Amino acid sequence: MTGIPTHSGHRGLNMEEPLLFEQGSADRCGVDLPDADMSDHRLGAVARADAVGLPGLAEPEVIRHYVRLSRMNYAIDSGLYPLGSCTMKHNPRLNERLARLEGLGDLHPLQPESTVQGALELIDNLAHWLKTLTGMPAVAMSPAAGAHGELCGIMTIRAAHQAKGAARGRVLVPESAHGTNPATAAMCGYKVDAVPNNNRGRIDLAAFEAKLDDDVAGIMLTNPSTCGLFESDVRRVADMIHAAGGYFYCDGANFNAIVGKVRPGDLGVDCMHINLHKTFSTPHGGGGPGSGPVVLSEALAPFAPIPYVTHGADGFALVEAAAGDAAETIGRLKGFHGQMGMFIRALAYMMSHGSDGLRQVAEDSVLSANYMVACLSGVMAPAYEGPCMHEALFDDDFLKGTDVSTLDFAKAMIDEGFHPMTIYFPLIVHGAMLVEPTETESRQSLDQFIGVMRHLAEKAQSGEAEAFHAAPVLAPRRRLDETHAARHPRLRWTPEEEA
Amino acid sequence: MRYLPLTDNDRTDMLATIGVDSVDELFVDVPADARLDGPVDLPGHAGELAVERAFREMAARNLAPSSAPSFLGAGAYRHHVPATVDHLIQRSEFLTAYTPYQPEISQGTLQTLFEFQTQVALITGMEVANASMYDGATSTAEAVMMAHRLTRRGKSLVSGGLHPHYRAVIETMTRFTDLTVAAAPADRSGVEDLAPLIDADTACVVVQNPTLFGHVADLRPLAAACHDKGALLVVAVTEVVSLGAMLSPGDMGADIVAAEGQSLGVALSFGGPHVGLMATRKKFVRQLPGRLCGETVDVDGRRGYVLTMSAREQHIRREKATSNICTNSGLCALAFTIHLSLLGEAGFRRLARLNHTRAIAVADRLAAVAGIDVINDTFFNEVTVALSKPAAAVTEHLAEQGILCGVPVSRLLPGEDCQNLLLVAVTEMVTDQDIDRLIDGLTEALR
Repeated sequence: MTGIPTHSGHRGLNMEEPLLFEQGSADRCGVDLPDADMSDHRLGAVARADAVGLPGLAEPEVIRHYVRLSRMNYAIDSGLYPLGSCTMKHNPRLNERLARLEGLGDLHPLQPESTVQGALELIDNLAHWLKTLTGMPAVAMSPAAGAHGELCGIMTIRAAHQAKGAARGRVLVPESAHGTNPATAAMCGYKVDAVPNNNRGRIDLAAFEAKLDDDVAGIMLTNPSTCGLFESDVRRVADMIHAAGGYFYCDGANFNAIVGKVRPGDLGVDCMHINLHKTFSTPHGGGGPGSGPVVLSEALAPFAPIPYVTHGADGFALVEAAAGDAAETIGRLKGFHGQMGMFIRALAYMMSHGSDGLRQVAEDSVLSANYMVACLSGVMAPAYEGPCMHEALFDDDFLKGTDVSTLDFAKAMIDEGFHPMTIYFPLIVHGAMLVEPTETESRQSLDQFIGVMRHLAEKAQSGEAEAFHAAPVLAPRRRLDETHAARHPRLRWTPEEEA
Repeated sequence: MRYLPLTDNDRTDMLATIGVDSVDELFVDVPADARLDGPVDLPGHAGELAVERAFREMAARNLAPSSAPSFLGAGAYRHHVPATVDHLIQRSEFLTAYTPYQPEISQGTLQTLFEFQTQVALITGMEVANASMYDGATSTAEAVMMAHRLTRRGKSLVSGGLHPHYRAVIETMTRFTDLTVAAAPADRSGVEDLAPLIDADTACVVVQNPTLFGHVADLRPLAAACHDKGALLVVAVTEVVSLGAMLSPGDMGADIVAAEGQSLGVALSFGGPHVGLMATRKKFVRQLPGRLCGETVDVDGRRGYVLTMSAREQHIRREKATSNICTNSGLCALAFTIHLSLLGEAGFRRLARLNHTRAIAVADRLAAVAGIDVINDTFFNEVTVALSKPAAAVTEHLAEQGILCGVPVSRLLPGEDCQNLLLVAVTEMVTDQDIDRLIDGLTEALR
């Protein structure tokens, strides 16, 4: 497979680009605006007299700046992006168009409800899809991202315990969990109690059971897990936590593997966030925005955050006040009503796939990951046996004695034209590599990626460690000194640097 | 299905390679009775044309501010976004990249974040800024928790001029912590003095400038009072364009600035996604939540950028992290920084002056209408008016004529005695004809 070149190696088209502040001047401008007379201002004592210090550039300079910078980025549109638990799948451009429609993209959040019936209908529609796909009775739409959804879920759990007059102090979190899980529990005032994983990569049921008492508020379990596995004992986990009077928070980061195939509501889940920017393909945009609706059980629904959409005889309405049916709400989690721009994209994605297509998404993503594992057998083996879900977890066993680390391997992938997989996560596996190809890769693309993985594994095992240590050499930058950055933080440009 | 490249032949071959007969064998770990044997009860797949039609129909059931006189603000503002912004943020390399965890192939995102942080620090008058938060409200709540960590004090004092959504998010986010939040009564006239309420337990005072009601405050005396008692001043800004015409929060002594950046480059989009800004003093940087981009060099000595100081963050510190935030508002931050690059010093300040002078023109015309009392002496681009009738009904009445005349305060402060108050925002988007229709509409409604 290595006969197929995955990169050109050319750098003639890649331009270096200075900072805005190193090329602008105060007298250039990329917009034409009339100047206004401020002699009669109403700013009291605080009218600005001094310059802000912003650089000015004309429009063509601005365009060139960002186009040049953009070419220093890897992106899903340019190649397979196998970041495990991140679900870097194709982002349809139709969804971008729809998010910008007049009457959607330009809506003000505080227009009279009578003027936004279509928008409220859209939110209600998306809520219906999410509830149906998860088999859950309620959904909180406002959380702005996955971690924000976790906050929403754990807060509803805490509020539910409080309503019962129960003061519980601990949340159980498996060691394999994403860092946001323990951070979220701590933000809600809980102590985090780590649960080990067993030698099959699943939650250790005996250790879990031993921790259960009337101080446990709930468990945060990622399913499918960060090990790329379905938690085969998930029903027992649900039964046991419920028997102990706790709630089951499911981290839905990996919902892509089971969407349309399995409903979390059938597994005993009390609440679960859904990353619309993963499973439902809203673009990651270099780090956001996301959207993290949380589906809720009947027991937790009364504590859902405000606002939310209701449907009555007079059409759709927004419940914005903590009164009436919303009297027990945990309150407001963000300004306005949620990530509407992401709702539009996610709903368009769902309607495009339909219930049949979404089921195919899950099947193809799981098929692709297992196909990759099968094709890599002989050079590298997954950390745990048995079929994986939509991502496969490898440890660094295949690099033992090669003097090549997981990091070196990842950096070498860059020189082969691929973004590396998620590395050193989850923490329970030594030198972890978590690989998620997603369902939007063709067979040819998968084979090319597999070819590169095999090639690099064999190269490492044949004693060519030095090439790995030097990698990447073909990227816009070689390895960057992260220790220097942390020890001598330089977090902005300052004018003194001009001298 | 147009987004799924695998063919049935591919699937059959791949199953054979794996050594299973059907894809269901790969779901063997799922309890058998939890495996759905067919699609759930939702519509089947649809082509691009059908989906687009469905969305156009939903869009048509809304009154689009783009084709109506619109005076809505209260934390979200309609500004002109240059075509360049939307073109650039839709470049594949920005739109479809992940968080820049592999810096060698993410320098585009990283350098723009470094420039974003610099711009945010400049306009807020602070020393450092982070790489964005979800929105202004969550940013303000994070600022409160940051102030608590910095001072090890438990009480936050919240101004009656702070946007009620911001106050509510602070209350929610601190609800299960040992922090207490003391909120001052709604300050419609812009006369509150919080200084006497600051004591030795006060971690921070949170004020908005301009306030919810549009008043512009000189925060220097309050900053001095905070610092005198060892408390921090947190300044929220919901309309960042104001910073082009006003002294910055940093100029006035702020310790942490939390702002909503939507006004620059970001669509209103019914309230989200927007972009939270957060800036502070250099000495407080290790308590900042969220991502930070920093400058460094690669092994060849070339300048480059990385995400840095991650020992604050959840993926390293887990339950000891400064916040649980992971995904932020990257693409909206990019839109913000591109818009501000196009504006530059001259454009940013002209835009602010244009907003202010148009708002003055509208305020003066409103003041001449019978039944309208303009409350503000000072303002930037938004004023509070007291109507002779309940504002919600007037708003609804004008909406029926296609005029979005403002935000009734009662929508934000239900239960408070403010039924007749209306917030009217004026940006560069408002035309002379829009103003005429607003004045005529209100005159008729209040007759």
